[in-house]
This record gives sequence, structure tokens and C-alpha cells, in this order.
Amino acid sequence: LSSVSLGAGAGQDVGRSCILVSIAGKNVMLDCGMHMGYNDDRRFPDFSYITQNGRLTDFLDCVIISHFHLDHCGALPYFSEMVGYDGPIYMTHPTKAICPILLEDYRKITVDKKGETNFFTSQMIKDCMKKVVAVHLHQTVQVDEELEIKAYYAGHVLGAAMFQIKVGCESVVYTGDYNMTPDRHLGAAWIDKCRPDLLISESTYATTIRDSKRCRERDFLKKVHETVERGGKVLIPVFALGRAQELCILLETFWERMNLKAPIYFSTGLTEKANHYYKLFITWTNQKIRKTFVQRNMFEFKHIKAFDRAYADNPGPMVVFATPGMLHAGQSLQIFRKWAGNEKNMVIMPGYCVQGTVGHKILSGQRKLEMEGRQILEVKMQVEYMSFSAHADAKGIMQLIRQAEPRNVLLVHGEAKKMEFLKQKIEQEFHVNCYMPANGETTTIFTNPSIPVDISLGLLKRETAIGLLPDAKKPKLMHGTLIMKDNSFRLVSSEQALKELGLTEHQLRFTCRVHIQDPRKEHETGLRVYNHLKAILKDYSVQHLPDGSITVESILIQATAHSEDQGTKVLLVSWTYQDEELGSYLTSLLKKGLPQSTA
Amino acid sequence: YCLSGHPTLPCNVLKFKSTTIMLDCGLDMTSTLNFLPLPLVQSPRLSKLPGWVLKDGSTFLDKELKECSGHVFVDSVPEFCLPETELLDLSTVDVILISNYHCMMALPYITEYTGFTGTVYATEPTVQIGRLLMEELVNSIERVPKAQSASMWKNKEVQRLLPAPLKDAVEVSMWRKCYTMPEVNAALSKIQMVGYSQKIELFGAVQVTPLSSGYALGSSNWIIQSHYEKVSYVSGSSLLTTHPQPMDQASLKNSDVLILTGLTQIPTANPDGMVGEFCSNLAMTVRNGGNVLVPCYPSGVIYDLLECLYQYIDSAGLSNVPFYFISPVANSSLEFSQIFAEWLCHNKQTKVYLPEPPFPHAELIQTNKLKHYPSIHGDFSNDFKQPCVVFTGHPSLRFGDVVHFMELWGKSSLNTVIFTEPDFSYLDALAPYQPLAMKCVYCPIDTRLNFIQVSKLLKEVQPLHVVCPEQYTQPPPTQSHRTDLMIDCQPAPMSYRRAEVLTLPYKRRYEKIEIMPELADSLVPLEIKPGISLATVSAVLHTKDNKHVLQLPPKPPQAPGGKKRKRVSDDVPEGKPPKPLLSGSIPVEQFVQTLEKHGFSDVKVEDTAKGHIVLLQEAETLIQLEEDSTHIICDNDEPLRVKLRDLVLKFLQKF
Repeated sequence: LSSVSLGAGAGQDVGRSCILVSIAGKNVMLDCGMHMGYNDDRRFPDFSYITQNGRLTDFLDCVIISHFHLDHCGALPYFSEMVGYDGPIYMTHPTKAICPILLEDYRKITVDKKGETNFFTSQMIKDCMKKVVAVHLHQTVQVDEELEIKAYYAGHVLGAAMFQIKVGCESVVYTGDYNMTPDRHLGAAWIDKCRPDLLISESTYATTIRDSKRCRERDFLKKVHETVERGGKVLIPVFALGRAQELCILLETFWERMNLKAPIYFSTGLTEKANHYYKLFITWTNQKIRKTFVQRNMFEFKHIKAFDRAYADNPGPMVVFATPGMLHAGQSLQIFRKWAGNEKNMVIMPGYCVQGTVGHKILSGQRKLEMEGRQILEVKMQVEYMSFSAHADAKGIMQLIRQAEPRNVLLVHGEAKKMEFLKQKIEQEFHVNCYMPANGETTTIFTNPSIPVDISLGLLKRETAIGLLPDAKKPKLMHGTLIMKDNSFRLVSSEQALKELGLTEHQLRFTCRVHIQDPRKEHETGLRVYNHLKAILKDYSVQHLPDGSITVESILIQATAHSEDQGTKVLLVSWTYQDEELGSYLTSLLKKGLPQSTA
Repeated sequence: YCLSGHPTLPCNVLKFKSTTIMLDCGLDMTSTLNFLPLPLVQSPRLSKLPGWVLKDGSTFLDKELKECSGHVFVDSVPEFCLPETELLDLSTVDVILISNYHCMMALPYITEYTGFTGTVYATEPTVQIGRLLMEELVNSIERVPKAQSASMWKNKEVQRLLPAPLKDAVEVSMWRKCYTMPEVNAALSKIQMVGYSQKIELFGAVQVTPLSSGYALGSSNWIIQSHYEKVSYVSGSSLLTTHPQPMDQASLKNSDVLILTGLTQIPTANPDGMVGEFCSNLAMTVRNGGNVLVPCYPSGVIYDLLECLYQYIDSAGLSNVPFYFISPVANSSLEFSQIFAEWLCHNKQTKVYLPEPPFPHAELIQTNKLKHYPSIHGDFSNDFKQPCVVFTGHPSLRFGDVVHFMELWGKSSLNTVIFTEPDFSYLDALAPYQPLAMKCVYCPIDTRLNFIQVSKLLKEVQPLHVVCPEQYTQPPPTQSHRTDLMIDCQPAPMSYRRAEVLTLPYKRRYEKIEIMPELADSLVPLEIKPGISLATVSAVLHTKDNKHVLQLPPKPPQAPGGKKRKRVSDDVPEGKPPKPLLSGSIPVEQFVQTLEKHGFSDVKVEDTAKGHIVLLQEAETLIQLEEDSTHIICDNDEPLRVKLRDLVLKFLQKF
């Protein structure tokens, strides 16, 4: 009856989320990310997919950003200011607060450090943010008459949300990145049983089922501790917001407990600010932090100090959190270059690295890196990977599908091979269709929505009253007339339909003469007929009226003497067309005569 | 159902469709004014008050009742006037909707004592700040244990003899002591937190939605609607820009019924003017070396006052005067106010994006201008410097740390007490402290809607009916000439009073039902008039969670082979669709032609007054044709009858 079609900007690849959903005539763009592995045109999604000609504003009804990571919002100023879009952009309050800062940070690295032109400006970021409408969790936002969106908590990072997009009876849920297990600072993603027609889920960790959180944490602490003990330096490349805070809380408590002295640094500026955001948006963190924040705000750290570039050359052990997380630019890359040559040092990658980044290269075992200017950097330091990034693993994805009960599932934001595996698993377990489109591919999903109509209360009450009496569970047939007028559908009782349309009812009545042999008086015959019918038709209301006639439901039976033959009585059986079956049945029954034994 | 007589602290119950919804749960605390204050430190003055003696000289009440400057007070733990609990069985209440933190103070009484098993809905700030208010209340009453609890005066016979306010107090036998902290926690655990514009389904029958009401952090109006009816509940709303998110008016449009409560209690005072007066009085007192006491709640207007003072103190040269905020929940209240960015007005939200704390009291605290303490004991007594400004509770002056300051500063005319909370009459509040040398200034700040704003609002949202407490339908008793101080709208509002039941004037006509796609495909619409089509529907009605779905009827089971006529019930038609209604009329000539075509040769037509009679002589059959009825009278010849029937039906439309 109608369809949901979908064009993905980042299908089987992590790094550039941008999905276009058309649902019941409405076009919604989900996320507007950029690819951090590229430095050329490929880093932004190709918006010509959306519409070849015509303005984006006319084509798109709204844009939704799930969270502030650049692979989900990095192309937003490019999209809204350089390509041109003036419609509404929806995101949660924390995302709205943090997103411009990350964008500005990213802009600085690309433009100021790399000297790129043809990139968005600070002013563009500001203008872009003016188009943003902030939403609350669970708030139902009416984008227009028909289109409504609703945000659910997603866990992944501060302010991350899943969005339900609904037009009439059709709905799509887009998860963005989410995390089904609560961590040290954020809660778990949650959605109600909203039964969307389509669930678009990320699948970064499609095949991984991670070991228990506690093990990973212990592992992490052990490695950091060992390195520091032997005098090495630990570099932890992180994104300013999210994992960084969790690991800070972890290290802070560990340092406190073990009474360690080695300094912990956090690369400057952004991070202090970031912690401040956490303090102000504490309602978005997990239960425990929220409960205790009045006594002790978890984001005020005692052991963790701001980092200065000069510290990198300091002798002795230290732990440094530096941005960005994939070692593709900025401070983390600078420090990495300085420390890479010493085997005592260690770099811990706590999150996923996009293909093409230095982070991805060293994780895949590359030890000789070609840096800018044909320089070769030999990596002697230890490289560790610890999955702390808060994506749902296979178990989590399955859990979410169980929660939401979608009719179709579409996987994005993952690697093709892993997605294939997960797809099979989903189809096996839930018996729903599962899709995994490639970049730029369009998937069309047919939905089969029920049609809502208005039913007159009188009719409904009448029907439910009947339905409830004998056996509530037994399905009950109901009858009525559907009036279709100017796109409105109303179900009313047939009588009311006639009345409303000014039509008069045409009564069709039948009267049958049934001759039976009975020498008795008329009223005695009547009584016999009554007793006879009463005995047979137990489920019907059979009544003997004072004037000698008999009714069965609304069928009238009268016994009169035959004008010529007194021994023959004529039974006049009269019914309307509505009682056709019963009337016809009665005549054939009476035709067989009355039982002799009675009376 | 109206369970509370207090228009600003409402407690109503609405029966809508099959649900029972309690709207707010306000606790009338004015009853405490009849009690003596609870001093933190033994007060020689209070303990020496003479007992009250009846006119005839009998003194049996002198332990319970004390006299102070001509007023009689009950010397006992203060008690509160509960919402009506007898009017209906409160255990049948399905949900409670809370509009703001002042209107939930009776919650523990309802959820813990009436067998209530439902859910309470409120926004997060409402819950958190409501908890603080309750905590403060419980704390300030519990830490001053009172040996005796008076009950003799409540005897109807005795009460009749008492002087004025006590004599007229309603339902004194229903007055209850304060709840305890475990009860508060139990009550709050039944709350489910919601966000603005969140649509909450109740049993599939009703949808409720909170909307910003602009009055306090997280305060909300509620919309209760089904597919065809909409009831708006407006309680404690404000159109002024203070700290909370502005009021959402647009969503209130098209209501069938609008229930209006929680209007301003001081319709004549302009809040802005009052704030100005507050500041200047405060400055004057401090300059003269006096102390200022501000009895207040730990949340709400105090944020705005602090913000005003933040801007004001430097220009008034008060930057060295310490501000103290004393409440067991002072710290929590100040901290909580900073984290509810999403519930704040636009200006304050923008600050958070920077990121900066939304309220300037963070800076006041950092610069040590504002200090907060849990109570007057402990650190406070060391830091205490005069002259100073003290914000503390409770505004009734009957319990909390404020009692101590009243006793301490009451004797000096240099000091000033400034009343900002409008909930209590300041004269009544001061009564047990008379005679008093201290200056008293009354600057009630009530940002709730006034009557001019109400009529504007009603014009804007155009509800079909307005329902409000009776107090709003007449001018205030003290200013009976002010006819502008009442609600004026068309049609006239319906009013209610305590313990009254009102039937709301709307009638439900339609309900939503879903037709499964398979069924929809099987329907055969018939165009009757241009643009209007009809289709007969026969389907199975499934009702689950108050949602109705129509499905294709199951295929009739195959009739067992070999018709056995013996078992009658096999043949008795059941569950088959009834024959449709017929419409239209039968043109005689064409009908006769049709009959002849089908082999009836001896058709004879007679005209009658209303129509025609068609006779088939051979078959002894008579067919009466009239405008909207047809009557076939024949012998018992089934094949013939069926044949005739089908011929007739050809001319008619079926529904």
C-alpha cells in the first residue's frame, strides 16, 4: 500500500553516516556525517543522491542528528550552508551544545593546520546551528501535520539518541550509535515496544560479543599500571567526549585506591569544557552519578590535570589522554610521533578506528608508517586495542530488536562481512526481513498498514456488549457500513448510514401461507405451534402474544382457519428480508407439520 | 470530582472514558496557621503564653490552646488539611498527573493510605524539587519533637465554642500530621518521569501529554485526550518570562473542556513591581544596619530573587553583605537548579551551550556572597555575621529555621521581614509573634496567570467549555466591587467547590478502529453520491488493550457431508452476516416486464393508494409494491419465493 525507500550514504562502511528515508511521502535525512579517513571530496556524503535538481530544502522535510560524533554530524555545516538547506534540523540538547564545538575544532585542524581552503567557516557553523531545534527525550515533535519524531535514550555518548519517525501508521526507528550495557557514566539504551515497520540499526560490532565489562576494565588498568611501573608513557587517544570521561573516572578511582603518583594529563581546552558539559547535562548520565552529584560531582577530577605540549618531553612515566581518537590528526598524533620509538611506551586505542587513519594502520599490525613528507615512522611502542567504545555488540543489537519488535531490519554503519553474518542471525531468530544496502543503494520496503477509521460509539458499544456476554474470547462478527467521503472513513451501523445519506430504507417482506391439517380451534393450533417451536428453537426468543399470534425473534406467525376447509389451518408466516434465513427455515419446518404427540 | 477547596492547591479527579485520573494532589497548609510555631530552641516567650479560658471560666482546654495577642492557637504538632478522601474510592484512581512541585505535597497521603495502586506521572524537575520540598517539610517538623498532640479541641461540641478562625475550620477531624521520610520515598517511587510533549498512553484508551506551563521548573499543564475528545488541564501557568520554559499555549487549542486552576492568588500585585519593592526594602534595611529575613520555599521564586539581587547588589553597594540560604535542602536545591537546562527558558539554555551555569547564583556562591547551610546549627553559627540577609523556610512561620530568626530579630525595629510567597496571609502568619517591633513588608510575588491574562488565553485557545473553582467565578470577598477579578468567558464557566461532583458537558460519538489490510482489500465500495462511497463491512472485532481491530472473518468451516436435518441447531443460521438493509424503490412497469421475461405470464397490476399490487394468479401470489416497501405474499412454495426475491433485489441497493 505504501513504501519506505532508503538511500544510504554510509552503508557497509563505518565512517560516514548519512541516510535518506522516504516514508509515506515524507523525506527525512538521518545524520550528516563525514569520513575521517579521507581528506578530499570523499569525506562528505554525496548529496546529489538526494535530489538531482531542485533545492534540498524543498525536498527534505527534516534532518535528524543522532549524536555529536563527527562521523554523524561532521558534514552538517557543509550540507546546510554550502550545499544549502534551510529546513529544520533536530538533535537533543547536549548534542546541540557540544556539536558546534567539535565542528569548530575539526575545522581548525583542517583549515589552520593543513591550510585547506574550500571548507566551511566558523560563521557557517554558527548559522547552521541556528537551524537546529533541540528536542527532549520522549518528546513527540510534530514536524508538520503528519510527520512526528520522538527521541529515545541511546547511551553511546552524552546526548546520543535513537529516533522514531512516524507518518500515520508507518514508522521507522533509527538508532544512530547506541549501547545496550550501561557504563560508568552513561545508562543503557532503551526503547519501548513501538513495533516500527523498519528498524535501521548500526552494526559496528556486528560479530563481536564482548567479554564482561569488568574484565576489560581490569585488563585496561593492569596494562596502564604495568607500563607506568616500568617508567613508560601511556598514550590514550580519545575523543573529547564520551569514552574519555568513562576512562577518566576509571583511572581516577584506580589512582585513588592504589595511591599512585604518576601524573595523568588530559589534552587541554576542549576537555575541561567537556567535563563541564557533563556536569550541566548530568540528567543524561546514569542513575548512580545523578544520585550522588549533589555530594560529589563525578566529573571533578583530583588526579587528572590539563596537558601542556611541553609535558610530552618530560622524563618519567605519565598517562595522557589526547584527542582525536583515531590518531588521524592533532595532538594525539603529535604525541604518538614523539613516543612511538620507545618500546617502553604504550598506546591504547580504546575505540574503533576508521580505515585509512593511523590508528587503523597500527591496529592492523603495520609497524612502519609513511607520514606526511615521505617520512617513515617506525613504531616500537606497544599497541593495545581495547574495545571501550560504546557501541552495541551483536547481543545488544539482538536485544534492541527484541525490545522494539520491528517488522523489518536494516543494518548500516558496519563492515559488509560482519553484517552478512548478523543479518542471517536476525532473520533466523526473529523471522523478519533484514537488509544491508551498500553506499548509495536504495532499498524499498513495502509496508502494509492497517487503515484507521472512525467507528460510531453506539455501534461499538452494541457490538462489544454482545461480544462480552457469552464468551469474551470468542471472536465476534460485527457488521456495519463504511462511509467514505472526502478521504474520511467512518464505520457506522447500516441504519445510521442510510439516515445520514438521506436514503430511506426499503422494506422487503415475505408472507408465506403454510397449510397444515389440524381440526382444532385456531388458538389451540396456535398454542401447538408455539409449543413446537419453543421446543425446537431453544436459542431463540419464541413468544406467544395475547392475540394468538406467535413471534420468533421478529418473525410473525398467525394461525387462521382456512376459508373453505375447517380442518385445515393456514399459518401465515411473515418476515422481512433481514430475517430471510430464519424465515425460510421456519416455513420449511412448519410445512412438515406438527408433531402428533403434543397437546 | 473536586477533592480540595483550595483553588491554587487543587486535587481533582476526572473520569474519562474508562480511566480515573487524579489531577494534582495539593496539600492545603493554611491549616498550620492555627498552630503555635515550633521553635528550634526553647522559646521562653512561647512557653509562657497563657492558656485559653472559655467564657464560662472552664479551663479544660488550657493545655491545648494558648492565647497570644487576642488570637488563640493550638499548641501541638501542626496538622494539614487533606484532600477529601470520602467522595470516591481513591483506590480506583488509575493515574495521578502532577502539574508542579507545589501541587504534589499531599501525594504520600494518597498513595500510602488509600490503597492506591496506579502510577503517578510528573516531569523530572517536579519530582526532584518536590522531593526537596517534602524533605524540608518532614525535616523541619521532625527535628522538633513535640510531646503532646492536641485533639480535644477537635470535638465538634468544643469546636463550636472556640473563637473565630478555629470555629470555622473545616473538616478538622480529617486533619493529619505530617508524613515521614519513608512514606515520601515510597510515594515518590510510584512516580514515572515524563518529558514535555511526551504522549503517554493509558490503557490504550486515553492519551495524556504534559506541556510546559511556564510557572516553575518542570511545571506542566496536561492534555487528556482520546481520538475525539480533548480535555485540557491548566494549573499554575505563567506568561511571564522568569527562569522556566515559556508556556505552551498553542497545544491547548481545540479543547472540548478546559479545566482552569492555580491562578494568581494576588491578582492586584504586579510581580515585577514587587521584585523592585523587595530589592529596595532589602537595601534600606541593610543600610540602616538591620537584618532582612525572607521566609521562602527552597525552590522557585528564590532563584529569580537571587538573580535580581545578583544584578542589584553591586549597584546598591551591598556587595559586602552576606546572604544566607538556610534549609536542609539548600545545597541540593541550588545544584539541581543548574542541571535542568532543558527545562529552562531560552536565554538560560543558551548559557549552558557555552558552557556556563544557567543561574548566576553559582557565581554568588563562588564569590562567597551567598552561603548555604543545612540548618542554623553547625557551621552557620560560626560564620554568622550581621547585618545580613537570610532566606529560609517555612513561609507559614510555623516551623523551620525561620521561627528562630523571628524570635531573634522580632524585637528590633531595625530588622525587616519580607514576605514574598503568596500562599499564606502574612498577618495570620505573624499573629503568634505579636507584639512585634520588626518591620514587615509584604511583597507577594505570584507569577501565575492573572484574570486579564486568563481572558486573553481563553480567547486564544477557544475551549468549548471552561471549568474552574467557584472562587474564580466571583470577585474576591474582600474586593467585591472588582468585577474584573473573575473569569469572564462565553459560555459562562462551570464552577465546582470542595467535595462536589460535576458532570462535564461532552458526548462521545466516535472511536478509532483499525481495519486490517486484508479486510480492506476485500471491501467493495459502492458510490452512492458523487464523492461518497459505501461499503458493507462484516468482520471480526478484536478488542485488546482498548484498541479495536477489524479482521477478516474466518472462512466458514466446511459443512459436514450429508445434510442431516435432524439436528436442528446445525441448520439454525448463526454467525452468518445478517442480510443487508435495502434501499431504493421498484418501478412497476420494469418489474412486470422482468417478471414476464422470467416466465410469469399472468401478471396483473392493480393500482392502490400508495402503490401497486402485482398479482400472479396462477401461483396465488400477491406482491405489494410501495414507495419504500415490498411485500410478497405467496403459498409455501420456496423455489418460487426465492425466485421472486431475487428479482426484487435486482432493483434495490444493498447496505
